[in-house]
Amino acid sequence: MNLAFYLAAAVAVFATTMVVTRLNAVHALLYLVVSLLAVALMFYILGAPFAAALEIIIYAGAIMVLFVFVVMMLNLGEQAVARERGWLTPGIWVGPALLSLVLLAELLYILIPGTQAVVNPEIVEAKRVGVELFGPYLLAVELASMLLLGGLVGAWQLGRRDAAAQRQEAGHDRDAD
Amino acid sequence: MTATLTDHALLIAVVLLALGVCGVLVRRNLLFILMSLEIMLNAAGLAFVAAGARWAQADGQIMFILILTLAAAEVAIGLALALRIYRHFQTLDADALSGMRG
Repeated sequence: MNLAFYLAAAVAVFATTMVVTRLNAVHALLYLVVSLLAVALMFYILGAPFAAALEIIIYAGAIMVLFVFVVMMLNLGEQAVARERGWLTPGIWVGPALLSLVLLAELLYILIPGTQAVVNPEIVEAKRVGVELFGPYLLAVELASMLLLGGLVGAWQLGRRDAAAQRQEAGHDRDAD
Repeated sequence: MTATLTDHALLIAVVLLALGVCGVLVRRNLLFILMSLEIMLNAAGLAFVAAGARWAQADGQIMFILILTLAAAEVAIGLALALRIYRHFQTLDADALSGMRG
């Protein structure tokens, strides 16, 4: 049953094209989430359910939320409200919603018992991944933890307002009072 | 798992990677450059998972998990840098940063 795979692939490529060509960051993020969901469906059809779950939880969940936070932080101000109102018009969310509907229909079709949606007869289960991850790849896991620690410390240090700017802002506040 | 399906999955990974490269080269907004980097990392993960599925081995998914941690660390640092640049220059235009002092 390769049709589901190619449909998901078409959705992924189309959504990614829309990401690169959008002018507004939030519109691009909507399409990027759809693209990641489509790739997750492709993972599932390829027989990698654990990778599919991680793609949705970490990529489409955590990393995209981080992007949305930053976009919202950069848009503080009065015109943000007007822009928010503009974003709620149907023309903007209808495209990603339609693509998501295609993916949802595919998912429901796959979940019908009896359909041979997963083309790979040998599904690599999460258990096998875990056994290998904490066996031969243990050193890579340790290195990944070091990388994440570095990312954490770096993001904290860079995201912090420096002391001079803080003092300046406090001065402005006192002037305003 | 047929060989043609692996070929097509790798082909789609190449297409996604090319779209990401186009995004990095064409867009000048730092947020879009970061998004394009995510697209490229995701395409690399797709190639790994497709290859792992071809031989029914778990190594492909393990490499995908490592790419996932790399993407998380990269996006945290990248977004923190973007915030800092926005505070300093009041813009996210990458060309605005090309001039150096001195």
